[in-house]
Order: sequence, then structure tokens, then C-alpha cells
Amino acid sequence: MKYVDEFKDKNVVAEISRKISGLNVSANLMEVCGTHTMALFRHGIRGLLPRNIKLLSGPGCPVCVTSEADIDAMIGLCDVPDVIITTFGDMMKVPGSKGSLLEKRADGVDIRVVYSPLDALKIASEERSRPVIFLGVGFETTAPTVAATIIDAREKGLSNFYVYSAHKLIPPAIRALLNADDVRIDGFLLPGHVSVIIGSDAYDFILKDYGVPAVVAGFEPVDILSAIYGVLKHGKVENKYSRVVSKKGNIKAQKVMNEVFEVADADWRGFGVIKNSGLEIKKKYLRFNAKEKFEIRRPSGKKRKSSCICGEVLRGIKIPTDCRMFAKSCSPEKPKGPCMVSTEGACAAYYKYGRTK
Amino acid sequence: MCLAIPSKIIKIDGVEAEVEVGGVKKRANLTFIEKPAIGDYVLMHAGFAIKKISDKDARETLDIWDKLK
Amino acid sequence: MAHGGGGRLTKALVDELIVTELGNSALNKLDDSAVIKTPGKKLAFTTDSYVVKPIFFKGGDIGKLALCGTVNDLAMNGARPLFISLGLIIEEGFSIENLEKIIRSIKKAASEARVKVVCGDTKVVERGGADGIFINTSGIGKIISEREISSSKVLPGDAVIVSGSIGDHGIAVLSQRKGIEFETNLKSDCAPLNGLAEKILKTGAEIHCMRDPTRGGLATVLNEVASKSKIGIEINEESVPIKEPVRGACELLGLDPLYVANEGKLVAFVREKDASKILKAIRRHRYGRGGGVIGRVGSKNKGMVVLKTSIGGTRILEEYSGEQLPRIC
Repeated sequence: MKYVDEFKDKNVVAEISRKISGLNVSANLMEVCGTHTMALFRHGIRGLLPRNIKLLSGPGCPVCVTSEADIDAMIGLCDVPDVIITTFGDMMKVPGSKGSLLEKRADGVDIRVVYSPLDALKIASEERSRPVIFLGVGFETTAPTVAATIIDAREKGLSNFYVYSAHKLIPPAIRALLNADDVRIDGFLLPGHVSVIIGSDAYDFILKDYGVPAVVAGFEPVDILSAIYGVLKHGKVENKYSRVVSKKGNIKAQKVMNEVFEVADADWRGFGVIKNSGLEIKKKYLRFNAKEKFEIRRPSGKKRKSSCICGEVLRGIKIPTDCRMFAKSCSPEKPKGPCMVSTEGACAAYYKYGRTK
Repeated sequence: MCLAIPSKIIKIDGVEAEVEVGGVKKRANLTFIEKPAIGDYVLMHAGFAIKKISDKDARETLDIWDKLK
Repeated sequence: MAHGGGGRLTKALVDELIVTELGNSALNKLDDSAVIKTPGKKLAFTTDSYVVKPIFFKGGDIGKLALCGTVNDLAMNGARPLFISLGLIIEEGFSIENLEKIIRSIKKAASEARVKVVCGDTKVVERGGADGIFINTSGIGKIISEREISSSKVLPGDAVIVSGSIGDHGIAVLSQRKGIEFETNLKSDCAPLNGLAEKILKTGAEIHCMRDPTRGGLATVLNEVASKSKIGIEINEESVPIKEPVRGACELLGLDPLYVANEGKLVAFVREKDASKILKAIRRHRYGRGGGVIGRVGSKNKGMVVLKTSIGGTRILEEYSGEQLPRIC
């Protein structure tokens, strides 16, 4: 596969690993993005790094950082009469305070996994008499695609298509991370595909305001190792994914995203509310906003005190094995929190790939 | 975060295209691409092409390591 | 369709379709049970139910799947499959044309596998009572292997051999699923493997275990064997045969091909010295052309499957329960 296989070359990988070891430094690096966490484990990259380079998983797993309130709201939408819920596969197994979408589907709710928001739109145009709600989860990579779909829905004059937006933005999360006291990060691996949209200039503040280096990284082994080498050796903000990331990003995609969405405060699991870190559907597109159209019912009852430490794992101050429940009462089969549910959640990745070495 | 995969444009029909990745064909929306052409490689995410892949930059990224050997 | 009540219509359905297509001396009697002569000292007996959607897919259908699945389960334990039972639960309104297609599919597969369908049952349920059609097949076979072949008999030092490319069936079926559709020439690899299994046994080599990795894929079967035999398995990622469209579809959808379903492949655990002899035999068979050694059994990391990745790293292939879902993140 072109532009994939060349970046998996064993010899190049060995070369870069050697160079990283040769640097002889200790560092705590954070991979912001959950897809990076998965890639690291899938290829066994951690084992090729020297022991004193530690990689921490950050808040870049959109499913992991979706608040329990949002998850409950999404599950609550299943009660809308005759509804068709459309969602990315990632959300199906995420537990709210009472059950998951997968369980709701088993109960008979019409929930369909789609690959693209356009598939959800297609369903809406085929089933005009039924409300079709799309669960919008994801960062700046995905938000433009959902925005384009909403614009398409308006052009098609559809009156049964809705989106529940839980979209979030990456730079504010990185800022919130660095503003906290108990975080020790020597460098960042930045999410390559979010960067395709927002551009590498969006991260200059990390070095400017906090003195921390950061490198935009792709997802193949050569990309990841190059980025690790770069952040350790050069200590600045760099773009190592230049084949698709530019300084300003994809302007067209940004325009579409900003046409439909506006910045709003958002509730991040593990962080609480971060100002101006989420995307909400603009008034202009009100009629597609599931939050406006439907009464969002959440399960009643007191909030249970949980020993889930997802929040601290996301902030990089704990690792999955620090959790009392890890691999015992919490596992991919019976997850307690999103970090274990999501295939790219730090805990799930650890469980699948990282145990015993 | 986000799975996006390099795909080759093999057919264009207005804002829609057919792309190919590893022998599998899929429909893609080209709204975000400037001047797409057949034969171009684009990054595919959630049914949309989000960027054209620069062959020049791809080769440069690999050549750097060749030079350092 | 108003059959299943035991009255005339059921008889008509059975007589017309099933006897016509699948008829043999045992079945044609339509007695309450089939009486067959016991063929040997040791028998293998298995059952499985098939509820697959879509019912028709590229390279097969639920009928072929149901027949091959049970034939293969018998073959994996060193048995020659002989007799099959066929239980059908059909939803009212199911198209007769489709039923005919399915029965003919079963006939074709049974003929290739050289098994006879000797008994069965048909029930028609009201709409909503079955999703189109459900099929149960049970099978009896005669053990022809002298050694016991089982998941608990694998030894350190054994070579791990796969008969061909993995992930074909799962991806072929997924390509037709609404909301995810993609175009590919890929077909399901659904096939009866008893011919291949017998060829392997005929080499006289020391076979410790054979398994067909269906739902849950190769990784699931490897984990089961590692656990039951209390050994460690090391797999070389580069040696695992995967077709390009399977690789492409998996990258596109965020799936791991090692966990994707197969319906016409087997994994064999054999004594190291016999590996090349067995591989030669496998490759001469139509269902084994893409076969190869993919790994080795050891005594380290008992109960675990470790993958040596294509870039020289290592990772654990965990047991994965439940369906892999396409993802975008």
C-alpha cells in the first residue's frame, strides 16, 4: 500500500531507533492522540525505545474524553419514538451510568454503525418518516465532515436528520493540561490528522507559552520514531508529517467547520469543563441540532463514586496499571470507563498489547 | 486521532469520487480538496478526502534517513 | 408459507425440495430417525447453528456455511465426516426461490465433501420469529487419525502452519454491510476442508492439533490452543498470508485482520521435523495453495500468543471477545 508500506521499512525503523538510543536522554513524552497509542502498541514500538524514554497517553481519544453526561444523553436519545441512531463504531460499547448503545441495540433499539456521517444522511433520506440522529464524536479531523453533512442535509431539504455534537478541540485541551500543576511532560507527539485540518502553526503556543517542545507526527512506525527523535533532539515545535500537514492546515475544511459549528465550553472526562474547547451547532442550523429538538433525558439517581481513574490516566499522571480495577473488575469485556472501552483508550491498549513483557 | 488512510482517486463525478486502497474501492467526498485529479493520492477519513498527499514531501521524509545512514 | 404444522404443506415442502435435492437411502425413508450402520470404533460428533447475515454473500450463503462449518469441525479432530442432520427454522414469508438456492448450495457442498444429509427438521415460524432463516447442522464422522488430535496436545517446538490467506470471509461479508459498503473482488473462502485434512493425515506426519479459525479469527484460535496446551506461541507477522484487499479494508475500517473470521482455512500444529512434508501436501491441495509456516510453539510465555511485528517489535495477541467494530478514531 502506497504511502504506508514505505513508512514501515524495518531498516529505517532500526536506524531511527539506534539514533534515539544514541541521544542518551531521559524524557517523559506525551502522545496526545489515541490513534498514536494504538499504533505504538500495534507495531511494538515501545520495546524498541530505550527504557528512560517514557510515553504517556494523553486526552486525544474522543470517546475517552466524552463526559458521562454526554454518553447518558446519547443513550437517552434511544427512547425517541421510532428513532434510528447512527454512530461511529467507537461509541457502541462505551458505558454510561446505566448500560451502553450495544446493550440498547440488543434491547431492540435501531442503532446502526456507519463509516461516514454521509451514510447517516443516506439513511435519513431513505427513511423520511423516522428521526435519524447522528452522534457527532471526534476532534477537528472529524468535525468538518459532520459539518459538510449538515450543509448537505440543508441543501437536500431533509427535516428528519439531527446531530448530537460532542465534538471537541485539541489545542485548548493541551493548554489545560499544561496549566495544571501536577503534570510533568518534556515533549509532545501531536496528532497528525487533527493537524491536517488545523495546521502546524496552531501549536506554536506550546513552546512559546510553556517552553515545551512538540512535534506533529504521522502514524506509521517511521513517522512516530522520527517524531520522537525530533522532539528529543531539536526541542522545538516541528512538523514531521509534511506530506499532509501544512502550516495553515486545510482552509476549506476549516471554513466548512466554522460555517456550521461555533466554539463553546465543553465537559471533558478527567478535566471537567474546559472553556472554549467544544463545538456546538450554530443557530443557523438549529433545526439539525438534536439537543434543541429532543428532550435529553438522563438517568436519575445519585452520581456513584467510582474508583475509575480515567481522568488521571488521560492527564498523564497515572498509568493504567496504577488503577485498582485494571484487568480485574475492569477489562474490555466489562469496562468501567471509556479508557477501557475505546479500542484506543490507554487502558484498552495496555490490556491488549502491553501486559506482560 | 483518527484513522485516515492514503487512497488513490480513480474516478471523479462532481464532488464525489471513487478511491482505491489496497484493491478495495470506496466512495469519497472531495469537498475539502483543491483541484482533485485522477491518480492523485488523498488521505481518506470518515468518507471524506481531507488532504492531497504530497509525493515530494513523502520522499523527502524518507530520504532524510537514507542520508543519515 | 404456512408449513411446519406437520400437515400436508410440510410434507410437500420436504418431499419436493429437500428429498429431490438431497435424497439418499436414509433420507428418502423419511422415518422419525435415520438408522445408519456405525462405521468404526471411534466417532466424532458435532453440532452448530448458523444465523449469519447477510444470508447470501460473495462466495457463498448460509447453506454452504452450515454444511462446511460442521464438516470442518469433524475434520479438525481427525475424523472423516459422513452423516449430517439439517434443521431449518424459516420465517414466514421467506422466499421459496431463496430457499431453493440455499438447499442447492447445501447439496453442492455436501457432494464435494462426500457427506450425506440423512435427517432433519423444518419449522416455519411467524414473522419476526427468526431472522429470515436459521440453520442447525449436526455431523457424525469416523475417526481416521491414529493419534489424538486436539487443542490440548500441542508441544513446545511444534511448527504452526496456516493453509492460506486469513480474513477473507469476514471482509467479504462486511463489504456488503449497509453503512459500510465497499467494492472488492474478494469472496468468502467458505469451503469444506475434510479433503485437505485427510491429505495432511495421509502424510503420516505427527499432527498434534488442527483448528479452523472461524469467528474471532486466527488470534482467537491461537489463544485457545495456547491456553489448553499450556504453551506459548510466537507468530511472525510477516509470514501470515493476508490478501491485499483484506489488508486495505482493515486499514480503512480500523480492523485487525488477525481477528477477522475465516470459513475455509485451517491452522495445524505439527512436529517441527514434519513441517516441510506437511506444507508440501497442503500446497498441492486446491484449498491450501497459499499455505505457509507462520510461527513456532515454545515453553516461554505459557498460555500467550506473542507476535513479532514486521518492524521488529513485539506485541501480545490478546484474546478478544465480541465483535470487532469499524472505527474512525
